[in-house]
Amino acid sequence: MMRLDIAADRTPRSIGQKLWHVSWSLVLLLLVIAAVGFAMLYSAAGGKPDPWTSRQMIRFGIGIVLLFGIAVTDPRIWMRYAYVLYFLVLALLAGVEIMGEIGMGAQRWISLGFIQLQPSEVMKITLVLALARYFHGATLDEIGRPTFLIVPLLLVAAPVVLVMRQPDLGTAVMLLLIAGTIFFLAGVRAWKFGIVIGCGLGALPLAWSMMRDYQKRRVLTFLDPESDPLGAGYHILQSKIALGSGGIFGKGFLHGTQSHLNFLPEKQTDFIFTMLAEELGMAGGLVLLGLYALVLVIGFAVALRVRNQFGRLVALGITAMFFFYVFINIAMVMGLVPVVGVPLPLISYGGTAMLSVMIGFGFVMSAHVHRDLRIGRHGIPESD
Amino acid sequence: MYREDSNRYKAFSRRALVLGGGQVALLGLLVGRMYQLQVLESSRYRMLADENRINMRLLPPPRGRILDRFGRLLASNRENFRAVIIAEQTSDVERTLDMLARLIPVTDHDRRRILRDIKRHRSFIPVTVRENLDWKDVSRIEVNAPDLPGVVIDVGQSREYPMGADGAHLLGYVAAVSEKELSGDDPLLELPGFRTGKSGIERAYETRLRGKAGNSQLEVNALGRVIRELSRQEGQPGDDLMLTIDLGIQNAATEQLRDKLSAAAVVIDVRTGGVLALASVPGYDPNAFNVGLSAAEWRTITRDPYAPLANKAISGMYAPGSTFKMMVALAALENKAMAADQRVFCRGVVQLGNARFHCWKRQGHGWLDMHGALMQSCDVFFYEAAKRVGIDRIAEMANRFGLGRTTGIDIPGERSGLMPTSRWKRKVTGVSWQKGETLVAGIGQGFVLTTPLQLAIMAARIATGRAVKPRLVYASGANGDMRPAAVGEFPALRISPESLQVVRDGMNAVTNVQGGTAFRARITEKGWHMAGKTGTSQVRRISKHERETRVLKNEERPWKERDHALFVAFAPVDDPRYACAVVVEHGGGGSAVAAPIARDILRETLRRDPPDRDDDSIAAGAAQGRPA
Repeated sequence: MMRLDIAADRTPRSIGQKLWHVSWSLVLLLLVIAAVGFAMLYSAAGGKPDPWTSRQMIRFGIGIVLLFGIAVTDPRIWMRYAYVLYFLVLALLAGVEIMGEIGMGAQRWISLGFIQLQPSEVMKITLVLALARYFHGATLDEIGRPTFLIVPLLLVAAPVVLVMRQPDLGTAVMLLLIAGTIFFLAGVRAWKFGIVIGCGLGALPLAWSMMRDYQKRRVLTFLDPESDPLGAGYHILQSKIALGSGGIFGKGFLHGTQSHLNFLPEKQTDFIFTMLAEELGMAGGLVLLGLYALVLVIGFAVALRVRNQFGRLVALGITAMFFFYVFINIAMVMGLVPVVGVPLPLISYGGTAMLSVMIGFGFVMSAHVHRDLRIGRHGIPESD
Repeated sequence: MYREDSNRYKAFSRRALVLGGGQVALLGLLVGRMYQLQVLESSRYRMLADENRINMRLLPPPRGRILDRFGRLLASNRENFRAVIIAEQTSDVERTLDMLARLIPVTDHDRRRILRDIKRHRSFIPVTVRENLDWKDVSRIEVNAPDLPGVVIDVGQSREYPMGADGAHLLGYVAAVSEKELSGDDPLLELPGFRTGKSGIERAYETRLRGKAGNSQLEVNALGRVIRELSRQEGQPGDDLMLTIDLGIQNAATEQLRDKLSAAAVVIDVRTGGVLALASVPGYDPNAFNVGLSAAEWRTITRDPYAPLANKAISGMYAPGSTFKMMVALAALENKAMAADQRVFCRGVVQLGNARFHCWKRQGHGWLDMHGALMQSCDVFFYEAAKRVGIDRIAEMANRFGLGRTTGIDIPGERSGLMPTSRWKRKVTGVSWQKGETLVAGIGQGFVLTTPLQLAIMAARIATGRAVKPRLVYASGANGDMRPAAVGEFPALRISPESLQVVRDGMNAVTNVQGGTAFRARITEKGWHMAGKTGTSQVRRISKHERETRVLKNEERPWKERDHALFVAFAPVDDPRYACAVVVEHGGGGSAVAAPIARDILRETLRRDPPDRDDDSIAAGAAQGRPA
């Protein structure tokens, strides 16, 4: 693993030099996927750039700026502020929850003017940072001690409970999956996962009793969507009809009947993949999946080349988050998992999701740019 | 530290590999699912998608019109203008309604209904504000269109009967499809607001008038809003029907009956059987049925003692009274029970066993032959004739002239009347036929029942000696391409001309010889002379006491107990062209009440003499074409 350019880490690099090390292939890939999204939003609006495409482009532009900003920032800074950021976002999350409680409307977002920020969305990233920071300094022996896992479990539990109360099943599941991935990558024993999953299954009846009616209905209709084709099963059924009727090569861009005649619900957000697969067919769907797979490959490649545990965990944690977005969304619209509100990254219309993905890849990029940096237990660079 | 990190790196990369493998597997699952949905099950989903988006809409064809023999409209389709409001096209429904209320009446009740309907339907569904707008209303709304956002004038079709109540029994009416009809396989029947014929011609020729539905394939969105029409197949309009009816004669007949409480008249062409007029009073307004009656209106109609719903010309059954005497005469002559010149002495009453049978003329007619007996309608003579020939042979003769069985006219509701025989009586009552009953039947009383149409057919058969059958459709066809219905010559009745001539001469004497029972109702115009026969049928027994004191006059009895007045006739005597029957229910005497009516109707018929214009009429009807 010894490389000749190690010297670069010793002498601070200029921002220009760092930009030179940015993975431009990843940037290009993100741009291509976002462009597919723009096209689909254009079609969803009936062949018009408004109201969705234009605003989505602005958000992508902001996202790119944030991505580069984070990419060129020293990961040690992020590491230092990981907990601070985590608690800040946790406070925001609690804040929207309390505002909802005391009757100012059940908002899940805070208005920042140009976008409406959903703290739960940002929490996914800060949770990755916080957990990566926690596990960064841990030896495998420490990780083997069950007591050592109490703190990270609390870090996970706090936002999950808040998000569940909103209630936002999709985000809660996402948070659990992301956290689980980092625990797994950090080296937590498989049997411990077994115990947690076992307990989780045991708690299912309890969770069921805590779920709201509409959530229960979603689960039930997932199990048998055709039992109630005009009621709760409508979304899944219409989505499957749209997908299936698209066939191999689709009905043509702008010519999806299901989506343009409004049989397809939420076509610009959660069900945008359905629209793509209706208009561009299985071929279009496979191309998009291929693009996503390339992003994952790059994410893995970055993570495996990073020389510090924080960067590795962040890079693969974010990559995993990206994967879960893609998988849960597409599986949902194809009726493989229940309908939960998970957007298709870079494509679904929505500000926070777009920004959180771009910010997330900012951290991946940061890890990539600073891949040869060695970071001590507490964030201090070590001499070799 | 390095050592530790390399351990961790090994663990990390191992687990990253596991994670990557898991992700590849899950992505594979997605691809597999895509293959399943988009390749394996694609055709099924494509069908479902089309079912989603394509709506078939039926295009109801225009209902065929009904015309008289000269192409005058008896039933047509009127454009029904209605004002509808489309909620999504106006920002404030209430305000628009306020504006509209200044132009056309909008009651509070209307307003509540409209607001309720708007709430109930999607906002692009039009809700009817008011139907049957006249031109003034329509133009007022159109002119003010800018101030009436969301208000649209919509054109539908509704059936219109220009004759109103006067044609109701003949033409019938249309109304909403009933539950029973729904079993049919014509999709039109399921169309909301679709109407089918419920009686008369409308019912009898329902399928031909209806036509065939067209359809239009519409692309709709998830809310049901129409996006565009994908294809359209025009339907086939219903056939126009040209009836044998002459509107002028029909009106004249109705006019003659108008001041009667309950009556019917029939005029037919004796050569073709074509019915020129078929009138029954009182009537009802078929236009009201089209719109729909309230429960109260319906109750009034059905409880009316004069039965306005019944077509009495074909379903009213009356004892024929003396109009039946021709049948007895023919039965006696043809069966050689009596010769034409056989004379019978009438002293006003006949004794049979313990029973006495009276003539209408108490002091008697003296010696009479058949000719005189018909002319003066002597009851005693026909008691004797009936007694000699017997009921079964009378019935056989009456059947040949169309009595006791339906004539087969092509509108529903015809009744067969009753022509009793000894076998019939034994079967129905279990008691054998009494001789006295033959005598009663001999003057058209007792069990014998006939309809006005049967009496007209009887008169036509007497006039021609042929088995005349009634028909109502003269020609039919769509789009002005009228094709005449086939007419064949009616078969002969096989009655000897001599016998028929005796009867015809008798009928001629009734009207045209001084002393005939209807001499005062004769037609005096040269060449138009009418032959006829009066009939006055009792509906109650005259008691012995009443007979010994004084028989109550008709006017002195309650309506239900008054005699039926009947008259049958044909004209011109020398070359019969038209036959007519008039029945005035509980109207009094045949000669005083029914005969003048029949005379006037026949005179009007002869004046118009429609068959002479036959050749032009079809062309004229066709040329009139459809309404602009």
